[in-house]
Amino acid sequence: MTATAESPTAGEVATMRVELQVLRMNPEGTHERKAGESYWDFFVVEAHPTDRVLDALHKIKWEHDGSLAFRRSCAHGVCGSDAMRINARNRLACKTLLKDLNPARPIKIEPIKGLPVEKDLIVDMEPFFASYREIMPFLMTSGAAPARERLQSPEERARYDDTTKCIMCAACTTACPVFWTDGQYFGPQAIVGAHRFIFDSRDEGQWDRLEVLNDKAGVWKCRTAFNCTEACPRGIEVTKAISEVKKALTTGEI
Amino acid sequence: MTHHEYDVVIVGAGGAGMRAALESSQRSRTAVLTKLYPTRSHTGAAQGGMAAALANVEDDSAEWHVFDTVKGGDYLVDQDAAEILCHEAIDAVLDLEKMGLPFNRTPDGKVDQRRFGGHTRNHGEAAVRRSCYSADRTGHMILQTLYQQCIKQEVEFFNEYYVLDLILDSDPQAAAPGEDVAVAGVVALELSTGEIHTFRAKSVIFATGGAGKVFKTTSNAHTLTGDGMGIALGAGLPLEDMEFFQFHPTGLAGLGILLSEAARGEGGILRNSTGERFMERYAPTIKDLAPRDMVARAMANEVREGRGCGPHKDYVLLDLTHLEPAHIDEKLPDITEFARTYLGVEPYTEPVPVYPTAHYAMGGIPTNVRGEVLRNNTDVVKGLYAAGECACVSVHGANRLGTNSLLDINVFGRRAGIAAAEYAASVSEAPAFPDDADTRVRTMVETLLSTVGGTGTERVADVRRALQETMDRNVQVFRDAGTLEEAKGVVAQLKERYKDVAIHDRGKRFNTDLLEAVELQFLLEIAEVVVEGALERRESRGGHYREDFPTRDDENFLHHTMAYASADGVRLDTKPVVITKYPPMERKY
Repeated sequence: MTATAESPTAGEVATMRVELQVLRMNPEGTHERKAGESYWDFFVVEAHPTDRVLDALHKIKWEHDGSLAFRRSCAHGVCGSDAMRINARNRLACKTLLKDLNPARPIKIEPIKGLPVEKDLIVDMEPFFASYREIMPFLMTSGAAPARERLQSPEERARYDDTTKCIMCAACTTACPVFWTDGQYFGPQAIVGAHRFIFDSRDEGQWDRLEVLNDKAGVWKCRTAFNCTEACPRGIEVTKAISEVKKALTTGEI
Repeated sequence: MTHHEYDVVIVGAGGAGMRAALESSQRSRTAVLTKLYPTRSHTGAAQGGMAAALANVEDDSAEWHVFDTVKGGDYLVDQDAAEILCHEAIDAVLDLEKMGLPFNRTPDGKVDQRRFGGHTRNHGEAAVRRSCYSADRTGHMILQTLYQQCIKQEVEFFNEYYVLDLILDSDPQAAAPGEDVAVAGVVALELSTGEIHTFRAKSVIFATGGAGKVFKTTSNAHTLTGDGMGIALGAGLPLEDMEFFQFHPTGLAGLGILLSEAARGEGGILRNSTGERFMERYAPTIKDLAPRDMVARAMANEVREGRGCGPHKDYVLLDLTHLEPAHIDEKLPDITEFARTYLGVEPYTEPVPVYPTAHYAMGGIPTNVRGEVLRNNTDVVKGLYAAGECACVSVHGANRLGTNSLLDINVFGRRAGIAAAEYAASVSEAPAFPDDADTRVRTMVETLLSTVGGTGTERVADVRRALQETMDRNVQVFRDAGTLEEAKGVVAQLKERYKDVAIHDRGKRFNTDLLEAVELQFLLEIAEVVVEGALERRESRGGHYREDFPTRDDENFLHHTMAYASADGVRLDTKPVVITKYPPMERKY
C-alpha cells in the first residue's frame, strides 16, 4: 500500500502567482473612496494550486490589506459562511481550489447578488433568514408525544435526505434570476427548507407549509433555470426539490 | 452605547447555547448573543454521532457508558457528572428525535446506532453500537434542529454581537471563601456597527465553544479562539484542566480537516507504510476503535519510527477501500467528499492520508453539574453558568470519547438553561450595573485602534502564526519539559509583540481586522494556561503525554488543575477528582 496523495505540507508543491480582482465597498469610505462606493480592487498573492480561494483571501487580509471584509468560519464547506461569486458563479470560497479556476485570468470575486451589500463581500443575510422563517421550518405534530422515538423506516428517512444537507449559505437563492429581480420571492433555499419537512413522514404541517409556498411569493415564481442546483455546494438537487413541491401542490399528494 | 436588560443572556449559539435557550426562553426573558450566525457554529462540523445507551441494535446500558467515559478519560472524569451525562443521554437523544432530528434508522424504524472509539459492551469486552447518528453530519443536524426549534419558540438572537467582557458585582479573587459573588451582565461589540452594547442580566450562560486555533493543525473553525474561556480568566475566574487537549487521530494530512471516527466505526482501518494494521499492536482488543488519545499517539509514533507514508513519511493511511462504495455513500458521504475535494483522493479505491489534528479542549470554565461556574474549588458565582466545550464539568477528564461532546452540549446545555432561568426567577433583580461597565471593552478597542498608522508594527497574522507553530511543534501529541519550556518562552515573547500589533482597518463597521486582534489576545492567554498546566503535570494521562514522565501517576496527579490569571502570570492550584464507583485501574484496550 502506498500513498497516492502528495502531502500538501512542506512546500514541495510549487507556489504560483494568483491575481484576484475583488469587488469592494466600504460603507464608511476610505481615503480614496466615497462611503458606499463600489470598486474593483486588485491583488497578487503567492499561493499553492491546492489552496482554497479562502486561503487567497486570507493572504490578502493577513499580508496586504487588513480591511478586506468577508465572513468565514469552518473553512471546509459545512458552516455556510463564505458563499460568494467567484468568476461569476456562486461558490463557497473554502470549497473552491485555485487549481480548479482558470489561472490565465484574474479570479473575480464579488459578494453574492440580491442581498444588500454591507461591506466588501459581506451582505445583509436577514432577508434570507426571514424567508426561511416564513416556511415554518420545524417539525409540526399533533397528539401526545410517544414515550420513545417516533418510528420512521429507512425508506421514509431517505425520502427527504437530500434537503437535510442544506447549510443555509444562500448560494442557491442568490444565484436565482427571479430572486434578483423579484423582491417578494422566497427563493430556492426556503423551498428546500420546506421540502425537508413536507416529505418527512413524521410531520403533520405539510399543508400549512404548502399553503405558504402556494402564495404569490412562493414556488410558482420558479422558472426552472437550474442556477440553484448548479450553485449548491452541498450537491442538493434544488430544482428537483422545488419540482416535488410544485407537484404536491398540483396533485394534492405527498 | 446601547443598554439592554434581560433575565438570561446566553453567549454563544452553538449546540449548548441553543439547547440552553430552548429551556430558558420558555421560562424567562432570554437573549442569545453570538459572534456568528447560529447556523455557522462549529457544532455543525461534528460528524459521527451522539452516544446514548438506547440499546436499539444490541444490548447496552447507561452504566457501561459511564464506565467507558471514566476509563476513556483516564480516571480524571468527575464520576458524578459522568453518571448524569450517560443516564440523561437516552432522553437527550429522544428529545432531539421528537424535535425532528433526522436520525438514521434501523430496519424497524428506530434510531440506528453504530460503533465508536472507546465505547464498549460490559466494561471493555468488545466495541458496542452506541452512537446515534445522521450519516456523517450528526452535528449539522443537531445544530439545524435546535435552530429550527429556536425559530419555533421565537428565541431572541443578537447575531454578530461579539461579547468581550463579563461583569460581576465583585472581584471573585478578592472575595473571601463563602462570600457571595454574582453576575451582573456582559458587554458586547456589535460587529456590523462597531457599537458597544451592555446587557444587564440576572443569569448569564457561557456557551462559547473551544479554542482549537491555539494550534496550527486543527479541525476547528477560524472562529474558535477561546473567547469565553479568555473572558472568564480575565474576570478572575479559573480555568480547569486546560493541559488536556484532544488530538483527533484522523485529520486530513496537512490540513487538519476532520474525518470522523465513524470511518473506523464503519470498518475503516489505519495502516502504516508497510500496509500493517498497526493498531493491533497498541490496542489488541478494540484496535482501530481505541480511544482517540491512544490512536493519535500510535499514529505519531508510527511516523516517528519511520513507518509513515508519503514523500516525507509524515502521515499514515485511513483505508476504506474494502468497504462497499454504496455503504460509504450512505454512511460517510461528507468525509469522503472532503478527501476528494481537498486532497484529490478517491476513498473508494485509495487510502486517505491522515494525521492527528487538534480537536477538542477537555478543560474549560469549571462548573458543577447544574452548570454553575466555580470561582474556586467550592464557591459558585451566582447566576453564572457555562456549558459545552468552553466548560469543564468534568465529564471528559483527560480524554473525551468520540460522540460524548454532542451528548455533553445537549445534557449540560439543557441543565444550564433550566438552572439559569430558575435562578433568574428567584432573584428580584440583577446586581446594580455599573455606569462604567463598558470601560474595559472601550479601552481595549481604543487601544488596539490607536495603533492604526501609529506605532504598531506587528501583524496579527504573524503573531498568530508564530503561536500556532510553536504549539504544534512543542505542545502536541508528545510533550516534555524541554518543548514546553520552549513554548512558554515563545508565548511570553508573543505576548510582548502583541502589544505592538497594528490594526489596518480604520472603520467601525464589520472591522474583522480588529476582531481577529481581539481573538488573538484570547488565544495567547489560553496558550499560556495550556503550557503552564502541561509543565506542572509531570505525568502522562489521556491526551496529555509527557515523554519525560511516560506513565500515569495517581499518587501525585490524580487531581484537576485549576489555573488563575494573576499579576505574576498563571497561578496553578488543584481540585480533587470525584470518584464514586470506579477506582483508577490500568487503562488497556
